[in-house]
Amino acid sequence: MPNTKLKRVDIIFSEDCVYKDVLADNLKKSNEDILKDILDSGLRGRGGAGFPTGLKWKFTSQETEEEKYVVCNADEGEPGTFKDREILTRVPLKVFGGMAICAKVIGAKHGYVYLRGEYQFLKADLEKALEEFHSFVKELGFDFQIHILMGSGAYICGEESALFESMEGKRGEPRNKPPYPTISGFRNKPTVINNVETLVYAFMICRIGAGKFHELGTTDSRGSKVFSISGDTPIAGIYELELGMSLEDFVEEFGDGDTKAVQVGGASGFCVPRKKFKDTIIGFEGVPTGGSMMLFNSSRSMYNVLKNYVEFFEEESCGQCTPCRVGCQQLKKGIEAIKKGEKSAHYLDTLQKLADTMKVSSKCGLGQSVANSFSSIVDNFREEMIY
Amino acid sequence: MANTVKLNIDGIDVSIEAGKTVLDAAKKLNIHIPTLCYHEDLCVAGNCRVCVVEQEGVKNLVASCAMPAQDGMVIHTNTHKVRNARRHVVELLLSEHNADCTKCYKNTRCELQDLAGEMVINEHMFLDLVPDKNYTIDNLSPAIIKDDSKCIRCQRCVRTCDELQHVSALGVAYKGEHMKISTFFENPMYEVVCTNCGQCVIRCPTGALVEKNYLDNVWDAIYDEDKHVIVQTAPATRIALGEDLGMEAGSIVTGKMAAALRRLGFDSVLDTDFTADLTIMEEGTELLTRLKRALVDKDPTVKLPMTTSCSPGWIKFIEHMYPEYLENVSTCKSPQQMFGALAKTYYAEKRGIDPAKIVSVSIMPCTAKKFEANRPEMRDSGYQDVDMGLTTRELAVMIKQAGIDFKELPDEKFDSLMGKSSGAAVIFGATGGVMEAALRTAYEIVTGREVPFKNLNITPVRGMEGVKEAAVKIENVLPAWSFLEGVELKTVVAHGLTNANKVMQAVKNGTADWHFIEIMACPGGCLGGGGQPIPTTPEIRKKRAEAIYREDAGMAIRKSHENPEIKQIYEEFLEEPLSHKSHWLLHTHYQARKRE
Repeated sequence: MPNTKLKRVDIIFSEDCVYKDVLADNLKKSNEDILKDILDSGLRGRGGAGFPTGLKWKFTSQETEEEKYVVCNADEGEPGTFKDREILTRVPLKVFGGMAICAKVIGAKHGYVYLRGEYQFLKADLEKALEEFHSFVKELGFDFQIHILMGSGAYICGEESALFESMEGKRGEPRNKPPYPTISGFRNKPTVINNVETLVYAFMICRIGAGKFHELGTTDSRGSKVFSISGDTPIAGIYELELGMSLEDFVEEFGDGDTKAVQVGGASGFCVPRKKFKDTIIGFEGVPTGGSMMLFNSSRSMYNVLKNYVEFFEEESCGQCTPCRVGCQQLKKGIEAIKKGEKSAHYLDTLQKLADTMKVSSKCGLGQSVANSFSSIVDNFREEMIY
Repeated sequence: MANTVKLNIDGIDVSIEAGKTVLDAAKKLNIHIPTLCYHEDLCVAGNCRVCVVEQEGVKNLVASCAMPAQDGMVIHTNTHKVRNARRHVVELLLSEHNADCTKCYKNTRCELQDLAGEMVINEHMFLDLVPDKNYTIDNLSPAIIKDDSKCIRCQRCVRTCDELQHVSALGVAYKGEHMKISTFFENPMYEVVCTNCGQCVIRCPTGALVEKNYLDNVWDAIYDEDKHVIVQTAPATRIALGEDLGMEAGSIVTGKMAAALRRLGFDSVLDTDFTADLTIMEEGTELLTRLKRALVDKDPTVKLPMTTSCSPGWIKFIEHMYPEYLENVSTCKSPQQMFGALAKTYYAEKRGIDPAKIVSVSIMPCTAKKFEANRPEMRDSGYQDVDMGLTTRELAVMIKQAGIDFKELPDEKFDSLMGKSSGAAVIFGATGGVMEAALRTAYEIVTGREVPFKNLNITPVRGMEGVKEAAVKIENVLPAWSFLEGVELKTVVAHGLTNANKVMQAVKNGTADWHFIEIMACPGGCLGGGGQPIPTTPEIRKKRAEAIYREDAGMAIRKSHENPEIKQIYEEFLEEPLSHKSHWLLHTHYQARKRE
């Protein structure tokens, strides 16, 4: 489907790259040079939150602890997101390469890939790639080892501090922040934790240079991003696109001609209705996404969409903090009661206020982001919630 | 001096030590921030979210209990946003909570209820989730009732059981809407590794974990004219009971307690302190006998170090965790059980009462005592030795129910047979007390002289440090004890089962050379027991300890072997420590249990 407005990019999966050369070259560079490249590129975390990657690396490198870690967050659990699976399948060595460069910069000897439990099938291939990687870093005389740890199916373990708890063999529950991982992460040691995609971009920036990356995208959202496109689209799949596009252009290319709404960023993201496509920028200045783009056409009930999301959160909340554990139950039972006519339509306003409270008072990003989909769907499709 | 940080809360500047939290800083300014999951004794969880406050420049609210105070912070504790969020949080907790308050054992003594009252919540903002929850009540244990319908998932109990007690009988299970506090495989409390210490009970903010109360049983017995109801009161009850009856922590209420018990209608008001003294005679002799077998007879089967056995929480702990060391535990029953066995034998005989008609009640700072009283082996008198074990809290309830104005009561004395005691018995209520009492007696038996500490105060074993070591050099002994000449008696004292575990690890690793170990299951010893008034904090425990040592210092008799009733019982009934009769009534055995 040719379209001039969206820019396809080929950085992540590009074959124009021998990872060995890139790794060997960069391990010879000074930490300052590498940090400068990552900072100058404007790369922000690709997991969804968008923290500047260079700063994360820099903070961790400044810690004086002997023991540090680099962790690759491959617990890809956001509904509608499946790009890390593709990256790990096609270019695992670039992921490891990114981890190795990070390890050099921060001074870590061990890295961990925390792999989503459902991605068990990837493990054998990853281990094979890891063997090759380990023998190569040994050749280079670089003291760094990567280990793969499996998740067990809990969505919350994608939250970085819950992920550390899980890695430590404990129940996956988010920690209080501060302290942040750059000071106290895995085993309470300074840790860089990056999304799979972020690590590959970091690796590729070391290859192509900060400038090439920086010239893509917008002021707040530099570079490109891998999107997982699903729902009512004839061409579902994985696409690497320049950041900063308008949702209108996106729908023009990927929609089926009857797109009613796009859920940007998965269940924890925002629902954008048709009338707002034009004014919505995909990026940190507009609506950010960890990669998930779900398209809904007019045959879809947004009540069902929302109910599906809150059911998901009701189940996947770790349960420790009150706003999230009980709030999710109340949101779900609340919209059900309104739909059945057991509660008046005004109760939606009470639930909206509850969602606001969850946003400001939940302990971690899970509870804080439930309101994103809840409020954006209720605001834009109120009548579908009631009738 | 530690670094300090400066912040501003509600328009007031405050400096506080770095590392402290926003909540600490607010406390310093006497600004009250409500909390539920926070507890001074435990690590910060930050999960209830009741203590949220607004920090300028930060989009979301922050949990003041978990947020480190930082330089330049500007905090607001009472804004519209904060109020809304706190109210929502309490409403949410109530929607999941069985709020049938008038039928709850913790009615009027519940932190959630207090908070709901403070917020004036008088209607349901949200849907009632309780009907769909399938909550269960576990009331099979003789000591602790766990009612999930009252639980607010603050995890204070979980942290208590893990951090303070190294038991982890309680943990978090499932996630999301199904998340709950559970035991191993959701087995009943009495089947799992739970030691019945009740530390969770005194930290539970609601009625989810409470002691099993025997109030009606005791009242029924009192009103039954055919029964002779006797009561014994443990050392630590007399320095804490007042807290539940409107008095300051650290008030000594021994005399008022005796008076209240008499007014409640007990036929004889007696004292566990008497059998605490008796414990010293038996346990001290047992220790000296073990030392003799080890040092003179070179008997390889003798087990040293010997540990105390007064604390039923500790007994259950070692039965589960270190069953291979059960022979190191003194065979002495706890003072409660010695009292129970003697009540239906010695006491019955002396008073000419049919033991079948005696109902033996104990007032204990403890929930594990309820379990202990129900152990099948505790029937040496031919009857259940102790019929009902009550907590200090239950006694306070009875006193209120009877309409007694406790504060205005005159001081009265205990009745005479099995009612006299020494200062050595009182200090059983504090960590290190049994050790101190034992040393006061054993040293004197062996050397003929008082322990070489000023005013008999063996300060190295006092205080709230988790593990305390002390050594006493034994010199110029009496001829009968010549084998102890020059021996340095090495002792260690631990309180709280996490500290007990440290001591046992050292024993297991062979890195320790102690002869005698005192262990109390609860932080601070019995004064911080699971049956004591709520709340418990380091400050309150400190005040209770000071009261105990004040009580000891004021006693005419300070050493167990000088208690005239002790001399009397050996002359008239028991003959001598470790006699045949003692073994029958005052000693027991233990059983290995699974660690699950």
